[in-house]
Amino acid sequence: MTETTDVPSIPDEVLARIDEIQYEGSAGFPVEQGYIWTTCASVENGNPLFWDREVADEITGGPIAPPTMLSVWFRPHHWQPGATENLVPLQVHFDLKEQLDLPEAIISENTNTFHEPVRIGDVVTSRQRLRSISEPKTTKLGTGRFWVIDVEYVNQHGVLLGVESYTAFGYRR
Amino acid sequence: MTTPKLVHGSVSEGDELPPLDHDVTATTVVLGALASRDWRPMHHDYDFAVNRNGTQDIFLNTPNLAAWFERYITDWTGPTGRLGKMTFRMRDSVFPNDTMSVRGTVTGTDVDAAGCGWVDLDITIAVGDRVCTTCAARVALPADDTDNPWRRSGDAWNP
Repeated sequence: MTETTDVPSIPDEVLARIDEIQYEGSAGFPVEQGYIWTTCASVENGNPLFWDREVADEITGGPIAPPTMLSVWFRPHHWQPGATENLVPLQVHFDLKEQLDLPEAIISENTNTFHEPVRIGDVVTSRQRLRSISEPKTTKLGTGRFWVIDVEYVNQHGVLLGVESYTAFGYRR
Repeated sequence: MTTPKLVHGSVSEGDELPPLDHDVTATTVVLGALASRDWRPMHHDYDFAVNRNGTQDIFLNTPNLAAWFERYITDWTGPTGRLGKMTFRMRDSVFPNDTMSVRGTVTGTDVDAAGCGWVDLDITIAVGDRVCTTCAARVALPADDTDNPWRRSGDAWNP
């Protein structure tokens, strides 16, 4: 990876958004058992916490969702009444591709930190924060910039459930 | 009800987790994508994946890879193991007809200032010699039969 200056400068309005909350919103439906079982089925996860009510009552004080399902609860419906185009998650990422004129992008690293358990019936609110944008870099993919976006999740009581931190590389071929 | 649990004192740096091998099918990929509400076509549309994305087939999505890591870790810890943090890097994709191998090693153990016992793990998902995703995970384990990391919150839970 090398430093390069062959990409446009970062617009001031993008720099001004660093650390600001963006796209705060509710998932639109309460955390529900069906997705939990479907997710466990997809990876053959037999953890009794998610299948046996007695175990869940004993260990976690009632049923919870697998911690790694955090992002499930902020992904928008593919369609909903009144929508004019397909909705996408992690909107800040797609905004940056456009604002920085870097049409290709990959997620290179993902860190998930888990706080309070997500419980069935919770209504999860997510909010996105752009944390940083790197100087121009050249990798084997092309020339562009790295950026870090945090997605924070809280429940209906305002309690922090977790933070997902995405490191992306936006580039031109 | 008695449930099996791994306790913190029984784990040492260098311990290996039991191996897991899984034959991936198109159903594995599609089920995992839809379970995680990921509607992007490269996870269910062969034509899009091959002719638009340039990959050899549809492939496992990131949230489902996280779910595989979680399953692998809690298969080992039992239900009282509580995930604190996972960092993973995607290096290559897992496709239908691949046999996915998951392997893990304990890289460290410690007890934090709040008295919570932690285990650090390095985990790899590979297909043959091709390393697809690496994961560094931190999971809390009970100190003994009376302890339960899930009861921790606020200042007592520092993932």
